[in-house]
Amino acid sequence: MGRVHSITRIAENRRLTRGWGIKPAPFDYHAPTTVEEAVDVLADLGDDAKVLAGGQSLIPMLALRLTRFDHLVDIGRIPALRTVEHGDDSVTLGSMVRQHEIEDSAEIARRIPLLHAATPLIGHFQIRSRGTVGGSIAHADPAAEYPAVALALDAELEIIGPDGRRVVPAAEFFHGMWSTSVSDGEVLTSVRFTEWGAGSGFAVEEVARRHGDFAIAGAACGVQVVGGSISRATIALFGMDQVPRRATAAEAALIGARADEADLLAAGQLAVEGLEPSDDLHASGALRLRIGATVVRRALTTALARATEQSA
Amino acid sequence: MNTTDVSVTVNGRACSGTVEPRKTLADFLRDDLGLTGTHLACEHGVCGACTVIIDDRAVRSCLQFAVQVEGSSITTVEGLATDGELNPVQRAFMNEHGLQCGFCTPGFVVSATALLASNPDPSDQEIREGLSGNICRCTGYQGIIRAVRSAASEMRTTR
Repeated sequence: MGRVHSITRIAENRRLTRGWGIKPAPFDYHAPTTVEEAVDVLADLGDDAKVLAGGQSLIPMLALRLTRFDHLVDIGRIPALRTVEHGDDSVTLGSMVRQHEIEDSAEIARRIPLLHAATPLIGHFQIRSRGTVGGSIAHADPAAEYPAVALALDAELEIIGPDGRRVVPAAEFFHGMWSTSVSDGEVLTSVRFTEWGAGSGFAVEEVARRHGDFAIAGAACGVQVVGGSISRATIALFGMDQVPRRATAAEAALIGARADEADLLAAGQLAVEGLEPSDDLHASGALRLRIGATVVRRALTTALARATEQSA
Repeated sequence: MNTTDVSVTVNGRACSGTVEPRKTLADFLRDDLGLTGTHLACEHGVCGACTVIIDDRAVRSCLQFAVQVEGSSITTVEGLATDGELNPVQRAFMNEHGLQCGFCTPGFVVSATALLASNPDPSDQEIREGLSGNICRCTGYQGIIRAVRSAASEMRTTR
């Protein structure tokens, strides 16, 4: 330990014969250790710079040269972004909290079950070792799980930039595919999830071609049952539009229904009404509508069973 | 060309190098450190051939820049054996015919080692799910699953 291993010398020779291994375009690397420092760098560089969190979406995009930036600002060395704060009725996750930490946390499973349930659906466990909660939400892929969970749970997203700190509700955060309220010069610093309390149940359902793929379509749902009736419902769809979408009409239709009589098939159909998902290699828009309605029904069925079990 | 110094511990040994920030950890391991056991196939996080262990967790080394893992402790497939003796997963891959051409094997062995470290008694379903992030183009999956099952049972009895 402590000495530079001699294999570096062997490598020196290799490098002469094999210099073509690099795929992303060149960039300058910045590794701030505080949020203030990160914001200073980002504000200075404007749209030439991109925040690098866990890198599990950004690095493949760079490797495929789907995108390129002159500067990457790695927020992985900012300790303040790694914290998990358990408040009285909420949990606030620093944006660099890794997905595996959420998966491994019994406390998050108990307090924010929807977030916990969605986590194993993200990529594979090797991806979740590095992928982060803030990275996934700020990347805002339309088929990703965490943005839909944030939307379903009305998460509050804290953004810090040159003009200070602001909190954006999830309902206003997602602007389009890969586009959010986080502007050039700003960093998503934390995500706050509020607990629902007793009698609530949650579930995520999705359909993907292969395990670990992005979903063709999926739904993140929650219901709360008080005195045998549904008092609160949330339905967020992903993979169905350029942004995750709440199905507010279907939610409203469920409120007040008896838990054992709720028409979940109708709720699923109502949830996709008015949506116009696009065609791609994996599925046509018409198939997505059918899958969307089905995953809503399935997720609501499970969520309701969990809520009833809990309130019983 | 802008470069950054990187110091990491690889297979228990301190290693350092000077790299372009855009160099992936996989390329750093292979080109700068000469550790070519970590294989590269898709290079965008799909195939799992480049899986290594960073600070006790399996990670795709093509999805990290070397500069990001500054100060980390990394185990590659070369670091799994102890004093020339294969680890139980490597042994099981040999005994159960868990490889055909062998190209994907380092990634499978590293993923399976990480999987069994966190879940010593996985069900067949959990093994399949745990290995779903690794692709074997020879499609020799049955032997691979058998190998992981057998390694798990050996590791449980010898602990």
